[in-house]
Amino acid sequence: MIRQALRRLTAWVTAHPIVAFIVFFAGFPFLVPYQSLATQVLIFGLFALGFNLLYGYTGLLSFGHAAYYGLGAYGTGIALAKLKLTSLWVALGLGFGAAMVGGAVVGFFCLRRRGIYFAMLTLAFAQMLYFIAFHAADLTGGDDGLRGIPLHPLGLPGMSLSLRHPLAFYFFSYVLVVLAVAALKRILDSPFGAVLQAIRENSDRAVACGYDINRIKLLSFVFSASFAGLAGALDALRLTVVPVDSLYYTTSAQVVIMTLLGGAGTFFGPFVGAATFLVLADRLSLFIEFWPLVIGVIFMAFVLFLPRGIWGTLTAPEGQR
Amino acid sequence: MPDVSLTALTAQVFTGLVLGGILVLLAIGLSLIFGLMTVVNFAHGAFYMLGAYVAFSVMGLTKNFWATLVLAPLVVGSLGLLVERFLIRRLYGRSPDDPLLLTFGLSLAMVEGVKLLWGKIGLTVDPPKQLAAAVDLGFMNFPIYRLFVIAVTAAVLVALWLFLEKTNVGLIIRAGSRDALMVRALGLNLNRVWLLVFGIGIGMAGLAGVLAGPMRGVYAEMGVEIIIECFVVVVVGGMGSLPGAIVAGLLMGEIVSLTTFFAPRLAEIVVFVVMAVVLLVRPSGLFGEAGLAE
Repeated sequence: MIRQALRRLTAWVTAHPIVAFIVFFAGFPFLVPYQSLATQVLIFGLFALGFNLLYGYTGLLSFGHAAYYGLGAYGTGIALAKLKLTSLWVALGLGFGAAMVGGAVVGFFCLRRRGIYFAMLTLAFAQMLYFIAFHAADLTGGDDGLRGIPLHPLGLPGMSLSLRHPLAFYFFSYVLVVLAVAALKRILDSPFGAVLQAIRENSDRAVACGYDINRIKLLSFVFSASFAGLAGALDALRLTVVPVDSLYYTTSAQVVIMTLLGGAGTFFGPFVGAATFLVLADRLSLFIEFWPLVIGVIFMAFVLFLPRGIWGTLTAPEGQR
Repeated sequence: MPDVSLTALTAQVFTGLVLGGILVLLAIGLSLIFGLMTVVNFAHGAFYMLGAYVAFSVMGLTKNFWATLVLAPLVVGSLGLLVERFLIRRLYGRSPDDPLLLTFGLSLAMVEGVKLLWGKIGLTVDPPKQLAAAVDLGFMNFPIYRLFVIAVTAAVLVALWLFLEKTNVGLIIRAGSRDALMVRALGLNLNRVWLLVFGIGIGMAGLAGVLAGPMRGVYAEMGVEIIIECFVVVVVGGMGSLPGAIVAGLLMGEIVSLTTFFAPRLAEIVVFVVMAVVLLVRPSGLFGEAGLAE
C-alpha cells in the first residue's frame, strides 16, 4: 500500500521534474529545523547537480570540483569586497564567469587523460588552486578567508530588494536554482545530452558514430563547472565570507558523497543527497564529535551495497533494486 | 634570492632525495596495486598516516625503534589484507571508479578514526638515539637519520625487485599484471596473489609513514596531502610503471626541495606546474604506455 503510493509519487516526479521541483522547494524551508539549512540544501544541491552532469551523465569522475565552487565563491566575493562593486548581479556574473573559464582551462588539461587519471588530475589541479588562494593573501585573505563581503540590496527593475532576511535569501536562491534545474533539463533533453550519455555508456562507440567526443566532454566539463561556480557564488553571499577551505579537497569530497548518496545519474539524486548529507551532518554533529567518520562509513556502505543511491533505488524499475 | 652556498644547496639536494624516497615507497605500492588489479587505492595515503601513528604507539610500548620499524608496517599491512579481502574484493568486475570511491570513503573514515583514537593534535616522534646526530660527510653535516631513510628506501626497492624478478610468486605477479585471464586459465589462484600484493603495497605505505614520522611530524591530514603528491608522481611517471614511479618520485622530491630553498611560497604549486607540462608534452607520462586502464 505504502510502497505503491511511493511508486506512484516517484513516477509522477520523474515525469514532471521541473513542476515537482518548484512545488517541493517552495515549501521546503518550512519542513527543516531552520531556514538557513534549507538554503544550504538548495546551494549544495546545485553544486551536486553540476558534479552529477559530469559524473552521472558523462561518466567522468572529478575529485576536484571544489575548484569551480571556490572560483565562483572567490570571484563573487572579490568583486564585492575588494573591487567594491555594488551590483549583486554583476558580482554573481563574475563568479560564474571565473568558474566557467577555470573549468575550460583545467578541463583542457585533465581531458588529455581518461579514466582514473582524469580523477587524479582534477584533484591535483584543485589542490593547486587551493595553494594559490592560500598564498595570495592580498586578494583572497589567505588562511583567514575572504571577509567583509557586503550583502547589497538586490537591484530589480523599478525596485531593490533586501536579502538580509533568511527567507528572502532562500527565495532568491530558489529562483536561480530553478532556472539552473530547467537549464540542466534542457541540456539533457537535447541531442548534446544524448551524446553525453552515449559517451558514458561506450565512448569508443560514440567516436565511431562520428562525434568529436573530446569537444563534447570539454563542453560538459565547462557546463558542470559553471553550475558549481554559481553554487559557490551564492554561498559566498549566504555566508558573506569565503573560507579558504572552500577550495580544499574536503569540499570536493562533500559533493562526491552527496551525489552518490542521492544517486549519480538521476535527475533529483543530487538534491536528495545534499538534503540527506546536510541534515545528517547537522543532527550527527550535535552528539558525535567525529561525525565525518559515520558519514565515511555510510558512504562506503552505499558504494558496496547501494550504488544507485537513494533516489536511484526508489525510482529503479521493479525487480532491479 | 638568498645567499646560495654550495653546502646548503647540497644539503637541500640530499633532503630532496629523502622526500623523493618516501614518495617512491608510496608510488611503487600504488603502481603495483594498480598494475595488477586496476584498483586506484585512494586510501594509500591514509595507510601511510596510520603507519606513523601505529609507530608512535608501538614505540611507546616497546621503547625500541628497530622493533617498531618491523612491527608497525606489519600491523598496517595486515589491516591492508583485511581491507582487500572484505571490502575491495567485492568490487572486482565493476567500474574502476568504484574501488576508487570506496577507498576514498575509507580514507575519510580513517582520518577521523585516527583523531578519535590518538586525539586531534599532531604528535611528535623522535628518531632513535643512534641516528639522532649529524654525520660529517667531508663537505657538509647531514642528519644521520635522513641518510638512514635513503638507505632503507633503497634496500626495500632492491628487495622488491628481487622478489618480483627472482621468485615464483614474483613471476605469477608479473604474469597476472599482463594477462589475468590467462594466468587463471593455467589454474593459478590469483585471488591469493592479489591479496598478497595489496598487503605488500599497504605495508610499504606503512613503512613510509614510520620513516616520515620523525622528520615531518605525525598528524591526521598527512596522508591526504601526500596522496595528492603521489598522484602527481604517478601521472608524471606513468601508472603501472615501476621505473617510472622511481624516477618521477625522486624528481618530484628534488623539485619540491629545491623550490623550497629558492622560492618557498612556490614549493607547493610547482609540482602541479611540472605535471601540467608533462601532460602537454607527453600525456602518457615519462614511462607510461598509453591506454593502460583508460
